[in-house]
Amino acid sequence: MAATRACGAAANTSENIMSLKKALSVASPLTLRIVAECPVTKARACDLILPHSAVSTPVFMPVGTQGTLKGITVDQLDALGCQICLGNTYHLGMRPGPDLIEKANGLHGFMNWKRNLLTDSGGFQMVSLVELSEITEEGVKFKSPYDGKEILLTPEKSISIQNSLGSDIMMQLDDVVSSTVTGPRVEEAMHRSIRWLDRCISANKNPEKQNLFAIIQGGLNTELRKACLDEMTQRDVPGFAIGGLSGGEEKDDFWRMVTLSTDHLPREKPRYLMGVGYAVDLVVCVALGCDMFDCVYPTRTARFGSALVPWGSLQIKNKQYAKDFEPIDPDCQCPTCKRHSRAYLHALFKSDSAAMHHVTIHNIAYQLNLMRSVRQSIVEGCFPEFIRTFMKRMFPSRDQYPGWAVDALASVNITLE
Amino acid sequence: MADGETWQINTSRKRVRKSVDRSLAHLDECLLVHQKSQELEGVEVFGVVEGGDILEERVRSAKETAKRPVSGFCLDGLQTGSMAQALRTQLISAVTKELPEDKPRLLQGVGRPDEVLASVEAGVDLFEGFFPFQVTERGCALIFNFNISSNPELAELEPGEDQETAGDSQHNGDLNPDDQAQMTSFEINLKDKRYQGDLRPLVEGCGCYCCRNHQRAYLHHLLVTNELLAGVLLMIHNTAHYHAFFGALRDALAEDTLDLLKRRVLGQTERKD
Repeated sequence: MAATRACGAAANTSENIMSLKKALSVASPLTLRIVAECPVTKARACDLILPHSAVSTPVFMPVGTQGTLKGITVDQLDALGCQICLGNTYHLGMRPGPDLIEKANGLHGFMNWKRNLLTDSGGFQMVSLVELSEITEEGVKFKSPYDGKEILLTPEKSISIQNSLGSDIMMQLDDVVSSTVTGPRVEEAMHRSIRWLDRCISANKNPEKQNLFAIIQGGLNTELRKACLDEMTQRDVPGFAIGGLSGGEEKDDFWRMVTLSTDHLPREKPRYLMGVGYAVDLVVCVALGCDMFDCVYPTRTARFGSALVPWGSLQIKNKQYAKDFEPIDPDCQCPTCKRHSRAYLHALFKSDSAAMHHVTIHNIAYQLNLMRSVRQSIVEGCFPEFIRTFMKRMFPSRDQYPGWAVDALASVNITLE
Repeated sequence: MADGETWQINTSRKRVRKSVDRSLAHLDECLLVHQKSQELEGVEVFGVVEGGDILEERVRSAKETAKRPVSGFCLDGLQTGSMAQALRTQLISAVTKELPEDKPRLLQGVGRPDEVLASVEAGVDLFEGFFPFQVTERGCALIFNFNISSNPELAELEPGEDQETAGDSQHNGDLNPDDQAQMTSFEINLKDKRYQGDLRPLVEGCGCYCCRNHQRAYLHHLLVTNELLAGVLLMIHNTAHYHAFFGALRDALAEDTLDLLKRRVLGQTERKD
């Protein structure tokens, strides 16, 4: 009798553990399903299930810093197939501030975006606004460029703002150093980022609805990166970002840090490479094992009249397009290319800001389309061919292929003839 | 459309007379070319009525232009800011008296709702202008009420909070005819701090994209942060609102309720002193 009861009790306990585990995993606001893996490179195609919708990876995330994507309505963004875009904690924290946004039903409610949002922590502003900031163990002290007021952005404050924003993915506050900085500051920043990660994890009020990603630092130093990877991967976070790159460093160093990072990041969690958006960089870094990317480049360059195409870019404001009645890209299906010619856009740039919007829409379409094609080729098992075709289209001749890209691809078994 | 010439207030009678004569001469030349041209077959020609602010010249221009085989008339030199509304109305009425009933009259450069109402009463059919665009450019949204389909008793109720605050720093009318960039009492300035936390749409019940999807607080944020989307959304709303006003105007004319509409629209500009 006692034996049966003991067995029964043991069975109950393991059942309880199983159902508890199940309950926890259902409660997790992020699930990554690996749909296909490239047998040649380190590339993967995944379904990233987030609270607002599924996201197909590899994915490019457009940047809507202040809760808006530079003149594009949320309907237009949705129609382009965008499943996730970015907002910025520093900017939105200043204007209009977390309290109002919370009142408006979070950033989703405030900008009326029904799909996913990722918020950056404000860390990057430490580099971009370095004249106005002071970094201590406590946090980053900023002097507001708008009213001169001083604000202290701590890990806790950053997460608190992001909790109010209600983004699906939140980034930890990291101690960011420019990739061109060397010396002990890099090591200090790496260790501090780990300590700040722990503080961010503790401060997260909504772990069942919002995913907190860690950001690997360590500059361009192999040992420091490795140390950071070892430490951070011990934390139970739903995803990892590779940070501190894409800031003007040599591309030869850049790709080596990317591939080192993906080598040491868990397979079953998404890898987000921050600040990367040039087409070549995207394709190469997918091959190196990255799943998610963001960059202001496509939307910013659009406002200067630069339209992205598979063979580079068109400077629409140039005289040569004044009488060119082709669309930006005859193969592109975006609303701009379906309706307007280069000549029209060329003329429009002289008089109306609508020109910028048309090119912005095209550039976002270009980026999303590129990633869609990348993903499709991974799923179909022909990613290596895709890369070769892509490079041939982008560069007039083999000797114009960027050296770093050739090396990086070679490191994952892709030879470009 | 034939080409006319526009003149300043207080232009001498001699110069105004010349402009009327010149415009008629232009028109006759245009009509000749139009007759002979195969490409222009099917394209209509409008005559342009000039005359500055001189009643006799206006009447003369109207009479003479009406003798020509044009399909419609453009009333030129009467745009917002060129003269006081009362004078404009007087001139338009005098002109339209001389024009055939069955040909359209187009007025250029007039856009404010009160001016539109007065001009319609004086006989204008078509309006060309950019009032909604100007409103958008100054970061404002049209909110004036033109709804008279509800209970007429309710229509007499106190105006809503917005109507009291709308352009309350402004006085409409003829005080600053040249100051076209000034906000009117038909709009609200979304840059104003009071809209920072206002989670209502620009106009309750408006079916435009902006009002269906966004709130005043968001528009305020976009304007304060100099974001491009502000202009996009405001232009959508202002255009929709303005078009809906014209729809209400046509209905009111058809149902003979223009007085009611005037009271509804203009009642918002009266100071309740």
